Amino acid sequence: MAGIYLDNNATTRVDAEVLAEMLPLFTQDFGNPSSMHGFGAAVGGKIEWARKQVQALLGAAHDSEVVFTSGGTESDNTAILSALEAYPKKKSIVTSVVEHPAVLALCDYLEKKRGYTVHRIGVDGQGNLDLDAYRAALSEDVAIVSIMWANNETGTIFPIEELATLAKAVGAVFHTDAVQAVGKIPMKLADSAVDMLSLSGHKLHAPKGIGALYVKRGLRFRPMLRGGHQERSRRAGTENAPGIVGLGAAAQLALHHMQDENTRVKALRDKLEGAILEAVPNCFVTGNPANRLPNTANIAFEYIEGEAILLLLNEHGIAASSGSACTSGSLEPSHVMRAMGVPYTAAHGATRFSLSRETTAAEIDQVIAVVPGIIERLRSLSPYWAGAGAAPKAFAPTYA
Amino acid sequence: MWNYTDKVKEHFFNPKNAGVLDGANAVGEVGSITCGDALKLMMNVNPATNVIEDARFQTFGCGSAIASSSALTEMIIGKTVDEALKLTNRDIAEYLGGLPPEKMHCSVMGAEALRAAISAYKGEEWDDDHEEGELVCKCFGIDAAMIERAVTVNGLTTLEEVTHYTKAGGSCQTCHEKIEDVLDAVLAKTGALKPAKAHAPGTVGLDAILPLKPKEAAATPKLTNVQRMQAIMMAIDEIRPQIQKDGGDVELVDIDGKDIYVRLSGACSGCSQSAGTMMGVQMKLVEKLGEFVRVKPASLMPAGA
Repeated sequence: MAGIYLDNNATTRVDAEVLAEMLPLFTQDFGNPSSMHGFGAAVGGKIEWARKQVQALLGAAHDSEVVFTSGGTESDNTAILSALEAYPKKKSIVTSVVEHPAVLALCDYLEKKRGYTVHRIGVDGQGNLDLDAYRAALSEDVAIVSIMWANNETGTIFPIEELATLAKAVGAVFHTDAVQAVGKIPMKLADSAVDMLSLSGHKLHAPKGIGALYVKRGLRFRPMLRGGHQERSRRAGTENAPGIVGLGAAAQLALHHMQDENTRVKALRDKLEGAILEAVPNCFVTGNPANRLPNTANIAFEYIEGEAILLLLNEHGIAASSGSACTSGSLEPSHVMRAMGVPYTAAHGATRFSLSRETTAAEIDQVIAVVPGIIERLRSLSPYWAGAGAAPKAFAPTYA
Repeated sequence: MWNYTDKVKEHFFNPKNAGVLDGANAVGEVGSITCGDALKLMMNVNPATNVIEDARFQTFGCGSAIASSSALTEMIIGKTVDEALKLTNRDIAEYLGGLPPEKMHCSVMGAEALRAAISAYKGEEWDDDHEEGELVCKCFGIDAAMIERAVTVNGLTTLEEVTHYTKAGGSCQTCHEKIEDVLDAVLAKTGALKPAKAHAPGTVGLDAILPLKPKEAAATPKLTNVQRMQAIMMAIDEIRPQIQKDGGDVELVDIDGKDIYVRLSGACSGCSQSAGTMMGVQMKLVEKLGEFVRVKPASLMPAGA
């Protein structure tokens, strides 16, 4: 469907070049790479090339450190369960309150059903991690630390290298869910203290259903899926060869476009944000404005509700997302907004615009033209809104 | 994305009676900004006739909350307060052509605001102060009385349904047992605790979903067998273009009392949505005939019929 797609933190369009690389894998090079014949050999070579492409994007020391998986959720689950199994005497896990459910729900389960102690580190009003609490939670009982590199809702970036170094000092494995960060933040894992890193293809213009887990050479590793020698027995199951080749191609393109993401796309994001903040009263940017992903703008509009905003945006062909309760059917606003202490007056109206390298200046201009009218229209319906300049309860966030 | 009906969209994109009503003499406010939705209903009631002469709303909430509020005002203008009091959340949902299950609480909010406004008009104490029942769900401030109303009006039987209709239990979940206790008590009282009807494989248990409306059925004059057959054929002809648009087709095979046998063909045969299509046909027939019928695939026709 045509329109202005500003929901790239949810998923991205598969790049045409990625698709072109993948297509021969379906009908031409369809063999099983484990097979002892020419059909399989061709595929095996392509998979190994893709591994090198992902290695390059991550700045990893060895291509064998890249394990292909089905995506971010599988990578996160594999990483955490592997560390717990490899260090059976350690009974604590450290994570943050703003993680993706792929980490949070697993930790909840491990706490309730397997008796692990889970330390969930809080954040401040800008979404920055509470480093004192983090240091206090670290001990030799911690098997694994799992902290995201960048937040999916606000784009706020955590100081991963510092966190990893602190974790290593107490002998804990350090894992990071970098699903949102990979392709947007330059990485050199060869020089990093990070032990494991999750990435997902569909966030960087590769298809859904493919991802990878980086596992530093020498790290104790226990597989989650058993049943074959694929991926050096670290992830059993016949390789998703088209997906892997697509992820490789997408990784190479991401490396190529990273400069663009951090200059042109960032400038468009800043323009969008600035224009909305200027035209619309009683709204503010959530997250750390100085330290976040270049493509993400999360704006909380007071006294209105996110789903209604999205429905009206959709009428203008604009796709965005919201941390509002109603869009998910969960009845509760986003756990990230609540963790940051964003007041309920605004948490329900938090709206995320996430750009990509495909976003154009003309699209951003169109969004800027439409948003103020939509907000005004919904506020005219809201019992809490008393008119611009006469807001019932002016909210002045310290970081706006 | 929510699957909203055209009627919901119409009332969301072009809400009727939105805004402040000056000089309103009956105002009801329910919900809160913390909970994610809130509705202020304002009415002008003629003290001589008790007729609601005007009504307006202000709503903080999602698309279906705004649509429910708009629909509510349309439904009550011109009614006396006593007539209006008979409206339930189910009437609001039906007026909108249905709401997604997770959104039924929006219709409940409308009905509650109406009760609050009428209580205010009559100078009665609105029971939202939870005197008649202690709070069951503290997260959303829901008491047993409100759960009981939702359960009774909508024929709810599960915890999940209660959450969809009232939001109770949708956050911290610690009150789930309490909700189940209230649910059990209400069901025991109303005698509604009876096992769901078993359905033949492949048929749709719509009688469990679509509430029968005896009052309307009684008002419909009884059709002769020929009239009834014609009505069924006409109803099916009305639905066909919609199904043909999806590359399928539907054909009437036989009528056996309440059982209407149809055959789906084209893209419909073997389609995973065919049960849904059958249900759509059934709803149309029930609506047109004013009586309950059950649509079944022709393959289930009794042998030798």
